[in-house]
Amino acid sequence: MVPITTLHYLVVAAALFVLGVIGVLTRRNVVIVLMSIELILNAVNLNLVAFSRLYGLHGQVFAIFVITDAAAEAAVGLGILIAFFRNKETVNVDEVDLLKW
Amino acid sequence: MLHLVLFLIFGAICVAGAVNLLVQRHPINSALSLVAVMASLAVEYLLLGAEFVAAVQVIVYAGAIMVLFVFVIMLLNAGEEARTGGSRVAILFGIPGMLAGSLLVAWVLITHSGTQEVSAGALPGPPREIANLLFHDFLLPFEVTSVLVLIAIMGAVVLAARPESIEQQKREG
Repeated sequence: MVPITTLHYLVVAAALFVLGVIGVLTRRNVVIVLMSIELILNAVNLNLVAFSRLYGLHGQVFAIFVITDAAAEAAVGLGILIAFFRNKETVNVDEVDLLKW
Repeated sequence: MLHLVLFLIFGAICVAGAVNLLVQRHPINSALSLVAVMASLAVEYLLLGAEFVAAVQVIVYAGAIMVLFVFVIMLLNAGEEARTGGSRVAILFGIPGMLAGSLLVAWVLITHSGTQEVSAGALPGPPREIANLLFHDFLLPFEVTSVLVLIAIMGAVVLAARPESIEQQKREG
């Protein structure tokens, strides 16, 4: 029977991180891009908690701070999205060109 | 044994939910699969002995943040996303880059990771010790975070408010 080591958790976290990066780079819908960013933050959290098992509780405290930041980021990002939708009637990232000169 | 089975089941749900998030074309389906990812991650935290982080994960992530996402998706009434087929540069550089990155990550994980076992039971992260760290050792970062959240709330309200209502408030005030 193979025991579960920190390595296994790191593999799951790496998979989540890569999937999140693929989502950020390939999807056009801003809502799904924001969700992929949440996926990346979750991968980081899993790493922090897995390492807190080895090196003390600081990792879990950092994970809580990351969750707080994710909440703030989601609120501001979705607020920007609503303001943008009111102007351009679209949610696609490739049509976001208000700052293009 | 139970630990291994639970880890495998919920790790698989986690990765499958993330893949489903990317594959689905309609945002509401992606949001629901993200909720599945969050919930199974909470179980993984429980397996690691992080009870408090698991509870926060369910309450804040699967609860508050995802409700916000679903609310905005409903509000914007965003439909299915049209496929563009991708650019040639993306295929030319993206696929080799992804392969190289995956190989690098695999190599680092295999060579630099110890084999310390993570077992269930004998939980090292009771909320009391986390609270001691949070309100004693990390008190300043904690207070700064509260300011950050306050600013984020005010920013979200200002961004999402109708422009007319802000003008009206200026005229009245």
